Amino acid sequence: MLRDRLLSPYQHGSSAVHRLPAGTKLLAAVACAVLIVLLPRSAWWAHAAVAGGLVAVAAVSRADLRGMLLRLLLLEPFVLGIALLALLRPGGVPLFLSMLTKSTLCLATMVLLTATTRFSDLLAVLWRIRVPALLVTTLALMHRYLFVLVEEMERMQRARRSRTFVAGRSSAWRNSAQVAGQLFVRTSERAERVYLAMCARGWKA
Amino acid sequence: MHVPDGFLDARTLVATAAAASVGFGLALRAVRRHLPPRRVPLIGLTAAFVFAAQMLNFPVAAGTSGHLIGAALATVLLGPAAAVVAMTAVLLLQSLMFADGGITALGANVLNLAVIAPLVAHGVYRVVRSAAGVGPQGTLLAAGVAAWCSTLAAALACAAQLAASGVVAWGTVLAAMGGVHMVIGLGEAVITMLIVAVVMRARPELVMPAEPARATARGRTLAYGAALAIGSMVLVAPFASPWPDGLEHVAERFGFASRALAGQPAPLADYTVAPLLDASPWLATVIAGGIGALVAFAVAWFVARALAAPGRAGARH
Repeated sequence: MLRDRLLSPYQHGSSAVHRLPAGTKLLAAVACAVLIVLLPRSAWWAHAAVAGGLVAVAAVSRADLRGMLLRLLLLEPFVLGIALLALLRPGGVPLFLSMLTKSTLCLATMVLLTATTRFSDLLAVLWRIRVPALLVTTLALMHRYLFVLVEEMERMQRARRSRTFVAGRSSAWRNSAQVAGQLFVRTSERAERVYLAMCARGWKA
Repeated sequence: MHVPDGFLDARTLVATAAAASVGFGLALRAVRRHLPPRRVPLIGLTAAFVFAAQMLNFPVAAGTSGHLIGAALATVLLGPAAAVVAMTAVLLLQSLMFADGGITALGANVLNLAVIAPLVAHGVYRVVRSAAGVGPQGTLLAAGVAAWCSTLAAALACAAQLAASGVVAWGTVLAAMGGVHMVIGLGEAVITMLIVAVVMRARPELVMPAEPARATARGRTLAYGAALAIGSMVLVAPFASPWPDGLEHVAERFGFASRALAGQPAPLADYTVAPLLDASPWLATVIAGGIGALVAFAVAWFVARALAAPGRAGARH
């Protein structure tokens, strides 16, 4: 349940935010993130205004607020970890608070973007703005097979668990590595089949 | 090690984005020229594989667990140029689909984890493998040492960017990030070796296939040169640490550092990690780095020997 929610950030909806073109949303999100990064550290009111704007957009999108908050909380430890480094320098508390605010606002922006925009739509935008074809192909294949591989991996782990009664730390490492190694072997075999299927449909590098 | 948005200043963001695009562009050109079309889908699927493998838990102690970063693994399995493309795709998807890793800091993240890490891994892998022999043990040893070095190099690059943005002092961040990632790198090395051993046993030809036939002398020199340059940059970075601190100190004394606060003492906290550090930060950095590298090499050697032993392979199945 939690896993499904984490692996699929997009929440389908028909609000005004969902209906905006993906390119507009991507541009707006990047512009918003750049704005937040460039805001002077002392301008608290500006940060508050951006936060208010994000909350307004979230409200208009009628997306699942709990899901977005959960995602934000899960990503926050990484932000906190780096921000803590700032406390090591003398007088780093204002710097720490400012970076924490900026990072959290940027995270909220991106979480909002991913909750209201399909990744495949973003891919189409990348294709249109002439991102190198090889990178877009790689991203598209990655997005297509990510869930297939994750499910295959979980099947293998389930099979392993049902056969292992005692799992010490070293055997846990070996089992995980065994799963990953076998997964790569199967991935490369799948890549061969995918290549043949792509060729059969007229794909050219 | 993903840098979120809001930590790096505009100058660092632009510089890292430029460096990342150059590195990625060169890798893209190399893939277009040298990679047979048959292997193009493998890049995308390996990117998905790295993402999936990053979800596997490796329990460490007291309920905490580590996970794979995967840059060295991708390099060993795909070759350097394709690994750069695959890791860039991983970071892009994580940023655009899961909001993991900042969008403005994308350049820095791609530079650290998708350009520097695979290139360092590749350089170390080639050097160690040519020194240790091409057998399974040599390959595993090379993969392990490459994983450790690439983790450390990416962490130090990340630390340098944070320090250049004025988030933290050079001495503190390099010591903290370097020290922590010397340990994390050991985990990465062991995980990478375990996975490579499994792949090698099942399909030996998948580990860095078709490499010598395609690599031209010029490409090889280029790869060595890039790895050497980045490696020496990483090694030299700590030596440069007293200098920016001195500069900061001067700036703060004359009052044109905006972040200077009243009653600011000299940044003495920077060099008190060990008593030796007070005497000579350069020497201490070199000694710490040397000891770390020796430990990593020893661990990699023992694991490689254990994994390559003929008795073990049969016994496990």
